[in-house]
Amino acid sequence: MPTETTEYNAPDSGGKAAAAAQEFETEHLEVSMGPSHPSTHGVLRLNLELDGEVVQKCDPVLGYLHRGDEKIAENMTYNQFVPYTDRLDYLAPLANNAAYAMAVEKLANLEVPERCQAIRVVTSELARISAHLLGLGAYTMDVGALTVFMITFTEREKLYTLFEELTGARFTTSYSRIGGVTRDMPDGWTDRVMVFCEEFLPLLDDVEALLTRNRIWFDRTADIGIISKEDAISYGLTGPNLRGSGVDLDLRRDAPYSGYEQYDFEVPLGENGDCYDRYAVRMEEMRQSVRIVRQAIAKMPGGPFYAEEAKKIYAPRKDKILTSMEELIQNFMITTEGPDMPAGEVYFEAENPKGALGFYIVSKGGGVPYRMKIRGPSFNNLSVLEKVCLGGMISDISAILGSLDFVMGECDR
Amino acid sequence: MEVNPIILKFVYAAIVVSVIMGLCSYAVLAERKISSWIQGRVGPNRTSLPLVGGIPVIGPFLTRLGIFQPIPDGLKFLFKEDVLPGHVNKFYFMMAPVISLVPALTTVVVVPFGRFVNEAGEVMPLVLANVNVGLLFLFAISSLGVYGVVLAGWSSNSKYPFLGGIRASAQMISYELAMGVSVLPILMWVNAPGKEGTLNLFDIALAQNGFWFAMWMPLSAIIFLVCLFAETNRLPFDMAESETELVSGFHTEYSSFKFGLFFVGEYAHMVIGSCVFALLFLGGWNPMPFVTLEALGMGQGIPGAVLSVGIFLGKMCAMMFFFMWIRWTLPRFRYDQVMKLGWTVLLPLSIANLILYTFIIYYLDTSL
Repeated sequence: MPTETTEYNAPDSGGKAAAAAQEFETEHLEVSMGPSHPSTHGVLRLNLELDGEVVQKCDPVLGYLHRGDEKIAENMTYNQFVPYTDRLDYLAPLANNAAYAMAVEKLANLEVPERCQAIRVVTSELARISAHLLGLGAYTMDVGALTVFMITFTEREKLYTLFEELTGARFTTSYSRIGGVTRDMPDGWTDRVMVFCEEFLPLLDDVEALLTRNRIWFDRTADIGIISKEDAISYGLTGPNLRGSGVDLDLRRDAPYSGYEQYDFEVPLGENGDCYDRYAVRMEEMRQSVRIVRQAIAKMPGGPFYAEEAKKIYAPRKDKILTSMEELIQNFMITTEGPDMPAGEVYFEAENPKGALGFYIVSKGGGVPYRMKIRGPSFNNLSVLEKVCLGGMISDISAILGSLDFVMGECDR
Repeated sequence: MEVNPIILKFVYAAIVVSVIMGLCSYAVLAERKISSWIQGRVGPNRTSLPLVGGIPVIGPFLTRLGIFQPIPDGLKFLFKEDVLPGHVNKFYFMMAPVISLVPALTTVVVVPFGRFVNEAGEVMPLVLANVNVGLLFLFAISSLGVYGVVLAGWSSNSKYPFLGGIRASAQMISYELAMGVSVLPILMWVNAPGKEGTLNLFDIALAQNGFWFAMWMPLSAIIFLVCLFAETNRLPFDMAESETELVSGFHTEYSSFKFGLFFVGEYAHMVIGSCVFALLFLGGWNPMPFVTLEALGMGQGIPGAVLSVGIFLGKMCAMMFFFMWIRWTLPRFRYDQVMKLGWTVLLPLSIANLILYTFIIYYLDTSL
């Protein structure tokens, strides 16, 4: 039987509306949201077309934070570029440092010692917790719960103190070198990380008590900004945003690097792909990160923290430079000409807090890359914005932006 | 010497308005201190006055409490540049902050802050104008406050304030209905048949010498409280302002003292709202349900009056604390959710509540 859809029209509604439209010319309200707006973290700009409060068109404008990182990379040695990776996703510099170093090591076909791998796992996971905490805090603040922001920032300060102890800097850590890390962990640092993990989990429960079963939070995030599985894949989403839509992909498990295969952890998945799922996935990921950190510290291997045999890649230690001729020459060469790299092309991506951070490096040999392309996950994650924001209200945009958890430093590069 | 009663009223009015303004500025301090307490921060603890701050022990203690902070907070509004954007409608733009503050201060006249028992045993309210229309007057005047917000949004001639103004007008009008209906059971109870009818807040408070209305009309109290949050534009209902969506909503274009008036107006609304809630539902100045000051033997003369004012202000402060507690705990609603809550939940609920209490009160009046 053919089904007929009947449309209900209020009596004469069409006529009146047409008459009204003739009388007052109605047009959509165009609002430029950003680049300096409280909920477009950093410098994202959205050109919105509003019908009342409902978004009819959302046009993201990117590039306000473009610094030409990829071009800069062509003009300096591999090690010199490490501080620039701090400024990609500046909320998780440790993870960026590690991802970059691993990409270059893949080019050099260099295996770093186990201790170095384990240190990188610990720092990357701590960076993940730190990035998710900020994402969560900013997200809840956009939705109006201001206290969670303060709670998560207090925890981040504790993490920064740990980072400072390890790397000498709180924010821009530059901890990696090609072939290792800059220095070994200080005495007792792992114990302090364990103490942090101990204190952190109850706090996460507190945050959950404030949000997870909160009716207002649920209303504001559930069924808002739904990204279907197909969309998530076709727009190239990665990280928690992809997993929030229920696509089971985590590079730490599916393409293990840096010894992730030895650790036991779960990959949380969402079901609907709405803002609430992305929130829930991040909450669970933080717990899993704590689990990984604990395992990595429990079986922290001994040995060197850098590839000792790669004498033309990792600059020798200071005490040796000052006493031995050969090391002095090595240091001179690495500093002036850069590490000795073979020619070739390589692509490596690591599971960063925001998604898969990829480095595509073309080398013609020598210490400077010929071309480097950086795949910033935030860029791809934001591409879906045009689609998810449609039909939502202005308030939903802040919830969606918060849930996508992007960093413009990485997006514009 | 006989003082002209009109002059006396002016003096009283000056006192009450300055007390309210003082309460507002200290409410700002309380907001800052309570938010920092909730968020694990310290809050304002540096501002000090040259001479007072120098007193040993007490000076540093008061500084630590942030007691002097409202002074620079207020002065800041005076001394900052007053930007008058070129694209605004100047007349309405300047009028809006005044319109939002004046109703809040006007409603104070009918709010009794305590009572005074003279030697003859007559109970007299401590109120500026002991008018019979009390509650009605209060609703009528306080609902004018929305014009300030709407005019501000409209006259700013700018997109975010415009959206904020639209939100505010829709929200305030919707919640006024439920608010009005939710207090009707109280009026029915107070105006028992055969008695002279009254809407006086003082009489309503006196009717709570036994049960407090929050105890025997809890639903009314809850609906009224929710509407109070919406009416005062506080989170989770701060649609008009919602700084993370509409930047600052209706007062985006305002600066300096004009912004200060909005700011004070918001807190004045809160103070008045807390007072009204305490009068309607929390027994006014009765220390406990079924316990009056007279029963404790402390109701006579000036000490009794001071005590009643103290208890009343204490209840008001507790309400203010509740306001702030909620603000720093909950996320914000979405605009359409606010409207939905108002029209599909609170209004039917308050009407059902009204019908229920109509029957109960009818039963109590006829068969007991």
